[in-house]
Amino acid sequence: MEKETKADEEEQTQVINPWEVSAKGKIDYDKLIDQFGCQRLDQSFVDRVHRLTNRIPHIFLRRNVFFAHRDLNEILDAYERGEKFYLYTGRGPSSEALHLGHLVPFMFTKYLQEAFKVPLVIQLTDDEKCMWKNLTVEESKRLARENAKDIIACGFDVSRTFIFSDFDYVGGAFYENMVKVAKCVTYNKVVGIFGFTGEDHIGKISFPPVQAVPSFPSSFPHLFSGKDKLRCLIPCAIDQDPYFRMTRDVAPRLGYSKPALIESLFFPALQGQTGKMSASDANSAIYVTDSQKAIKEKVNRYAFSGGQDSIENHRKYGANLEVDIPFKYLSFFLEDDEELEHIRKEYGSGRMLTGEVKKRLIEVLTEIVERHRAARAAVTDEMVDAFMAVRPLPNMFA
Amino acid sequence: MGISKAQLLERLQAQQIHFSQYDHPVVMTVEAQAKHVGHIKAGLSKNLFLKDKKHRFYIVSALADTKVDLKVLSQRLGLGKGGLRMAPEEAVVEVLEVPLGSVTPFALVNESARSVSLLLDQGFKTHECCFFHPLSNDTSISLHIEDLYKFLKSVGRMVAYVDLEANPTVGKDQPPDLAALVPSDAPSIQNISEKTATLQIDGDVKSKPVAVTAKASKVSSGQQKEKSVNNANSSSSFADPEQFIEEILKKASAIVVAEIKEENIKQHGGQLGAVVSNSLRKNLSLELKNLATMFKNTAYTEGFGAGIRCPAKRL
Repeated sequence: MEKETKADEEEQTQVINPWEVSAKGKIDYDKLIDQFGCQRLDQSFVDRVHRLTNRIPHIFLRRNVFFAHRDLNEILDAYERGEKFYLYTGRGPSSEALHLGHLVPFMFTKYLQEAFKVPLVIQLTDDEKCMWKNLTVEESKRLARENAKDIIACGFDVSRTFIFSDFDYVGGAFYENMVKVAKCVTYNKVVGIFGFTGEDHIGKISFPPVQAVPSFPSSFPHLFSGKDKLRCLIPCAIDQDPYFRMTRDVAPRLGYSKPALIESLFFPALQGQTGKMSASDANSAIYVTDSQKAIKEKVNRYAFSGGQDSIENHRKYGANLEVDIPFKYLSFFLEDDEELEHIRKEYGSGRMLTGEVKKRLIEVLTEIVERHRAARAAVTDEMVDAFMAVRPLPNMFA
Repeated sequence: MGISKAQLLERLQAQQIHFSQYDHPVVMTVEAQAKHVGHIKAGLSKNLFLKDKKHRFYIVSALADTKVDLKVLSQRLGLGKGGLRMAPEEAVVEVLEVPLGSVTPFALVNESARSVSLLLDQGFKTHECCFFHPLSNDTSISLHIEDLYKFLKSVGRMVAYVDLEANPTVGKDQPPDLAALVPSDAPSIQNISEKTATLQIDGDVKSKPVAVTAKASKVSSGQQKEKSVNNANSSSSFADPEQFIEEILKKASAIVVAEIKEENIKQHGGQLGAVVSNSLRKNLSLELKNLATMFKNTAYTEGFGAGIRCPAKRL
């Protein structure tokens, strides 16, 4: 079994699991990689992806936003030999309000889909949110469909993408795999991984297989029948690692390939680096529904600045880029590497002021949010039905 | 006067909002209301009409047993301690245009109440239906909170779900979390003819929201509605090849025209072609790819729709 149990976690000063992300001070990602037992994604990988796909690697790869992986080298080796793979990612539809942090894995997955020309399954865990957030079944299903619209707006190709909600899809071959996985994980183990207690209801305890089985192609007979050895690559934020550690542990026992993972950092909250953006705190994040005015206000008023407290000090010491949020956000979203480098030098040395950096950030964020809104407006309910229909995807590898 | 109960109920029906109606004697308190409809499985609401020191108004609508602390709310809105008071009785009649004892989120449909900010208890979401007065306290209607939310948003009102029992610290480093819910101005009582003109119920209910929001330009949600009307127009370019190509040519031409100017001609001379070409690629690639993907998705959806409606072939 790969490293890390919940018990160990409690001894640490940072808590990272699918339902809680918090740390005293900055999140130590090196420690996290060590704790979880995954691998750092270094420049050689980025270069290899560049070569294999014949296009500039995505900004999130260039800027080390996706920074850790499991078995990515095997996926790339297989790809080089002509063996394809499929992508699997998902969202827990707990709220209607999506912020930029939520879009990060989807933006990256869209790039992977285009660059490698592979199919994608997207799981909406409405059952999970119904259980954990105590929503009604109707509300979670409704949120799943609403969130699906924002996901589609990220630009996925309908001829290669299958979106499904657990309440709609669980059953048949998918459920058969869930039972197979469940048989391989003892109660004690799942308590160790996820920290369940005697007070937790049995719905929670039996949920993990639901998130595990989309990693196995036989869960989707309408898509992958006859392709039992097809590998799976899962782009996700690093807090989802526990689910897939469990899955990778079980896979060989079921005769399936272990899914590979490519993991991202957390998108920092506007007010600073100690946690991740939260949909329940309106000012910790930029929402895809924010107006230009709201973005401007949020960045100006709430974005944590690493600049010095006076202009003289700032010119003398420069900005603390480690904690400066505007600069961090630009590193996520400002496409132009040269411009970012220029800002790094000028702001870090104190020649550029926080106001200017914030102004540039507001421009960049506004463009992204506007583009998303326009795309979202074009997504109809029927389009959601099309993406969610259980249908074959004949050209999924073309 | 504002619209009547009957007019409101007609509007809800026209928008296919499902609600159940219960008539009863006039009730002035939640306890009294509970005597008549408490047996029905729906959340009862208490509705507070509040005012701040700058004469801006708020309705706080909450489940009957949610604790509402005005001091905490006042701080969370950024109004300082004690900045929120219960609004005087005249305001209920003048601003909300409902009789005393009938404070309800629905009052926001009245023009005079258009800059009232509505804070909805997020606890409402856990109930299938919740009770509100439809502008008059001799009736209670129960409906799903999302329908109420969408209905008010569709007329451009400021509505937000709030965790009313939360008590976050507000200080130098923790800005008030509800500051965005403070209206940008105090309501102005319009003259009667204007009010009735905008709220006449006519056959085409759908066109009304656009007219109302064009007037309510100061309310930020109104701005968003205007934007989405524009987007709705451009989304048709995803179904129509002619419009699609027009979009693309428009964007490309803008870049070409921007690049071909005196200084660039002087600087690049014969190479200008390559420069413009690179600029086109750099600036347009991503955007055009997104456009094309939406076009493809729209076409596929149309095919999908046709396919599922196609009667099965007789063999």
